[in-house]
Amino acid sequence: MFTRHDSLKAGYDVVIIGAGGHGLAAAYYLARDHGIRNVAVLDKGYLGGGNTGRNTTIIRSNYLTPEGVKFYDESVRLWQDLAEDFDLNLFYSTRGHYTLAHTDSAMRTMRWRAEVNKHFGVRSEAVDAAFVKRGIPSIDMTCGGHAPILGALFHEPGAIARHDAVAWGYGRGADRRGVEIHQQTEVTGIRVQGGRLAGVETTRGFIATSKVLCAVAGFTPRILDMLDLQTPIYVHPLQAMVSEPVKPWLDPIIVSGSLHVYVSQTARGELVMGASLDPYELHSTRPTLDFVEGLASHMLDMFPFLSEVKVNRQWAGLADMTPDFAPIMGLTPVEGFYLDAGWGTWGFKATPVCGKTMSHTVATGRNHPLIEGFGFDRFARYRLTGEKGAASVGH
Amino acid sequence: MKILVCPLNGARPVSEFAYGGEIRRAPDPDTCTDEEWSSYVFNRSGSPGMKYEWWCHIASGFWFIVLRDTLRDVVMDTYPAEALRRGLPPLPASQASAPSLSSPSAGATP
Repeated sequence: MFTRHDSLKAGYDVVIIGAGGHGLAAAYYLARDHGIRNVAVLDKGYLGGGNTGRNTTIIRSNYLTPEGVKFYDESVRLWQDLAEDFDLNLFYSTRGHYTLAHTDSAMRTMRWRAEVNKHFGVRSEAVDAAFVKRGIPSIDMTCGGHAPILGALFHEPGAIARHDAVAWGYGRGADRRGVEIHQQTEVTGIRVQGGRLAGVETTRGFIATSKVLCAVAGFTPRILDMLDLQTPIYVHPLQAMVSEPVKPWLDPIIVSGSLHVYVSQTARGELVMGASLDPYELHSTRPTLDFVEGLASHMLDMFPFLSEVKVNRQWAGLADMTPDFAPIMGLTPVEGFYLDAGWGTWGFKATPVCGKTMSHTVATGRNHPLIEGFGFDRFARYRLTGEKGAASVGH
Repeated sequence: MKILVCPLNGARPVSEFAYGGEIRRAPDPDTCTDEEWSSYVFNRSGSPGMKYEWWCHIASGFWFIVLRDTLRDVVMDTYPAEALRRGLPPLPASQASAPSLSSPSAGATP
């Protein structure tokens, strides 16, 4: 599927750190749309082995801020013909997405999101309890009696996709256009001369380049330390789990902020489930039993008949969180160093639009208009893009 | 279940505790620059390593200090909050052979 490159070249026009969805998408669009093909994508592990392969594959654009809604809406648009673009089945499946509200204040946020969404042409509606019951007949509307469902934000374009295939599709597309993907190649240092980027040190030698794009999620602070750049990014693990396959019964994607659950059923019949972040800083992907117990009990509040269903696997990824739950993208104080980070728990759905906007930013040296609300310097100016109400389940 | 040893309450499940973030010194707001202040407000040491952190035992409302390796989730030592006034020992380098948070013997005895 991929060309094997035994050695690194002495230099490239662009070096991308991180062969996950975001890095490979940027490489793909650099080659396809901007004609920049002398590109190396480096990864210390393997292709798609980070958060691209660890998320719960939900795609949606029902965000809260105008910056977020426009950005994610463009991503959903790109998703829809991606499989054709790649000639690879991504199992992209539009399901409809319910964000359940169990309190009056949650219902208020749902109405707010619905109005912002509709203003930008995104199909979202605040719906009542009867609508939820019709859409999800098997749900316990009282959630065990302690968290009755009052209504929901229903987002019709909500979808899931096969996450590994996204990395493979972008990777193969980039590879066929001449981009080199080097796995097992760790960046150990970044060389800057006169305030400009000069190259990267790797475990396989030095590479000269004037442009580096960093798309490494939970490893971002370690790369930024090499350049003495400070950001608000802090890392917590985010865990998820998957059940044994059962016959199809759950068509839509269900999210509950109060119960800290999101769940969908894959084409294979497994239930893919996630919850909120682990509660303290940690740079380890070892999962915990507490997580399974907590998430399983909340799943049973909604769907008591699942009590005999077994959990097959659990895992964790390192989420690079920001204080406003929006990413940090684009130019940085180091000329030639571009950042695509702060993707915390919400990065998978943004993969296509991140590739599009970051390739534009790297090729032209100017931030793409769609990422202007996500600038590196917004914290110093106290101009945050508050997306917590729509990006997390833990509020 | 991960266990944390509280200087006041002894070994308790980690779910009884709230994490209060890394201990940081505020710059003097009267003399620091706008840049120093916004950096204090927002920026964090995101890389893994040995860090002094605030933790609170929720049931007893007891705040204390934990020295923890955030790469391996290993608690090296715990201190009552007063230790901050006396001055905390310099941060050690990351070690490989300390007890982990998942072992009941983690942390210092009170």
